[in-house]
Amino acid sequence: MFLIKNLMFFITSALLINTANAGWLDLNMPEGVTDISQEVFDLHMLILWICVVIGVIVFGAMFWSIFMHRKSRGVTPAQFHESTSLEFLWTVVPFVILIGMAIPATKTLIKMYDHSDSEIHIKITGYQWLWQYEYLNTNVSFYSKLSTPYNEIYNKQEKNINYLQEVDNQLIVPVNKKIRFLLTSNDVLHAWWVPDLALKKDAIPGYINEMSVVINEPGIYRGRCAELCGRHHGFMPIVIKAVDEDEYEEWITASEAKISGVAKVNK
Amino acid sequence: MSSVVNDTHHEEHPSGIMRWITTTNHKDIGTLYLWFAMIMFFIGGLMALVIRSELFQPGLQFVDPQFFNSMTTMHALVMIFGVVMPAFTGLANWMIPIMIGGPDMALPRMNNWSFWILPFAFSMLLSTLWMDGGAPAGGWTLYPPLSLQTGDAFPFLIFAIHFMGLSSIMGAINVVATILNMRAPGMTLMKMPLFVWTWLITAFLLIAVMPVLAGGVTMLLTDKFFGTSFFNAAGGGDPVMFQHIFWFFGHPEVYILILPSFGVVSAIIPTFARKPLFGYSSMVYATASIAFLSFIVWAHHMFTVGMPLAGEVFFMFATMLIAVPTGVKVFNWVTTMWKGAMTFETPMLFAIGFIIMFTIGGFSGLMLAITPADFQYHDTYFVVAHFHYVLVPGSIFAIMAACYFWLPKWTGNMYPETLGKIHFWLSTFFVNLTFFPMHFVGLAGMPRRIPDYSLQFADYNMIASIGAFGFGFAQLIFLYLIIKTIKGGKKATDQVWEGAEGLEWTLSSPPPYHSFNTPPAIK
Repeated sequence: MFLIKNLMFFITSALLINTANAGWLDLNMPEGVTDISQEVFDLHMLILWICVVIGVIVFGAMFWSIFMHRKSRGVTPAQFHESTSLEFLWTVVPFVILIGMAIPATKTLIKMYDHSDSEIHIKITGYQWLWQYEYLNTNVSFYSKLSTPYNEIYNKQEKNINYLQEVDNQLIVPVNKKIRFLLTSNDVLHAWWVPDLALKKDAIPGYINEMSVVINEPGIYRGRCAELCGRHHGFMPIVIKAVDEDEYEEWITASEAKISGVAKVNK
Repeated sequence: MSSVVNDTHHEEHPSGIMRWITTTNHKDIGTLYLWFAMIMFFIGGLMALVIRSELFQPGLQFVDPQFFNSMTTMHALVMIFGVVMPAFTGLANWMIPIMIGGPDMALPRMNNWSFWILPFAFSMLLSTLWMDGGAPAGGWTLYPPLSLQTGDAFPFLIFAIHFMGLSSIMGAINVVATILNMRAPGMTLMKMPLFVWTWLITAFLLIAVMPVLAGGVTMLLTDKFFGTSFFNAAGGGDPVMFQHIFWFFGHPEVYILILPSFGVVSAIIPTFARKPLFGYSSMVYATASIAFLSFIVWAHHMFTVGMPLAGEVFFMFATMLIAVPTGVKVFNWVTTMWKGAMTFETPMLFAIGFIIMFTIGGFSGLMLAITPADFQYHDTYFVVAHFHYVLVPGSIFAIMAACYFWLPKWTGNMYPETLGKIHFWLSTFFVNLTFFPMHFVGLAGMPRRIPDYSLQFADYNMIASIGAFGFGFAQLIFLYLIIKTIKGGKKATDQVWEGAEGLEWTLSSPPPYHSFNTPPAIK
């Protein structure tokens, strides 16, 4: 009895720890903090569940067959083959399901391609291996690169919780405003990806790519370069800090003043 | 008749190494291709283990990031061009002439040449590991401008790819010529086994797209050495154009890697279900539809390059359409099993494993087709999980199923059944342990092709690495088993499998050096 009680306790506590530390969301796509990222997440789950249902039906039929229609059970094999109606059915039904997937996917895609009415414009340039952010219509511009110490990378020092996803200068943006990113590269291909914002696009030399976002919640969101760009491809993270509008205005004014101050001194 | 005289004359062949160098016999060349693929399988596997060792824990432990990138690049090139393609060409060489009742391949001397190019191509490719600047590290997709940063290895890489392409094109021409000209009287196209059909279609894909790859990489070569600016934005070129050219080759290429598997599985399932294939003609049409669609979906590999909305929508819809003919195939296999009288020898186990795990890869493929969601999946471990599911328990399992299925025919000896089953169960367990967790880390935000990762990905990477080592070592069983079967074992009957049907089972086990010099009668 004591043993069973202990066992029960052990199992429940293990489950609790699991749900607390490594919940379902850690294994899944983040729902993110924008309306579109939520739509993308819903789309992902919709397709996943459709696949699961189809999988259960198809594999179910297959395993039923594997267990019931085996020679060791003394069955004689049927000899049927070809059935126009069945073949028609299993061509048309998947087609209809696909249309059901394509409609919401296209709707979301059209929204993602709408960059109109953006209020803030930021140009992002990829370099081997750092990012440059330029706030257009202001003079604010800075580089952002990995700040994790080499000692942590080479295992000489314990790794901190934001290992490989921390930078020296964070990209600061306001919440609830439409931000348009213009994306290009100075050398090889890069890709700017922040999962929580459902934004990923390639930075290509000679091209200017566009994407836009409205962030709903203040917070720090971390991303990475997603296109192989050479030796330090794994070491060019993105950290974006979304703040209230007032705080953003304050920050941008201060940064502008600081930069023009430096410019004056240099003159 | 003079054919009797000719027969005895042709049975003579040089012995020792010269037999293999000078051979024009389709069975010998098939064997060469298969052994070449086996050797490359272990070389490419070793590279995968370097990758998985480095990724066992966060932090850099074993290799430099540049070498890590070389490993991912070379692993892909070796596995695609050195393992899956030669293995299928080997199976084609061995089986197609026999299956259609022909005496040999249509172009036997060219056949010898197309094989013997390969060892040179791969010696050249692998030699780059010791060159200044290291082996190619820009990914097997060779995207410029990064691939142009390759050191001394660059021209060797390009010429190695030219040679591989040359070998594949000649192999493909040979397959087409053989199937269209060497069939026994009465072997109409719609009587051919599905393996022959899938290979006919694959061969046309190869002829269509390998020259495109050759053109693309030649443009890279001239960009690097002869001052052209095809892909150099600063010179008025377009880096994205390379991606379009590459994937116009690359997408049909992935069907080149899978269509012959469909043929293998369509041969094995009816044999062990003791029941005819459910829909032969619909399988042929489904294969042809997949081949056609493969030409109009290439840009789904490039959803994030910033194509116009109309382009994204077109490629999304076209890609989703592939699910229909692929579904037809899976449904056909399941209905073939339905109400059969199945036994589960090793080839059948691998074939069933193929259907289940290939379908899982198909599901993630369908998810990847959904453009808005693909923005999240693109270039992450979710993609790595997807294509390894269709290539390892897909193509590779089908190749292994084919080896177990025809090994008794080739060698005249039965392989040890229990050991084969152990090989299957270990491979299946470890392949899932390796690749299933990759779905999770990919969704959680881990990009592909990185030598080091942040801490939230640590657990699943460790599991995947353990799985990779398990899978790698399990393949030594396969190697041992094949050598053992060649050396001896229980004698195989001509029929080998109770439910086997087709011309190959009418020959002795092993078949004579030259078979069907007089065409067999076709029912």
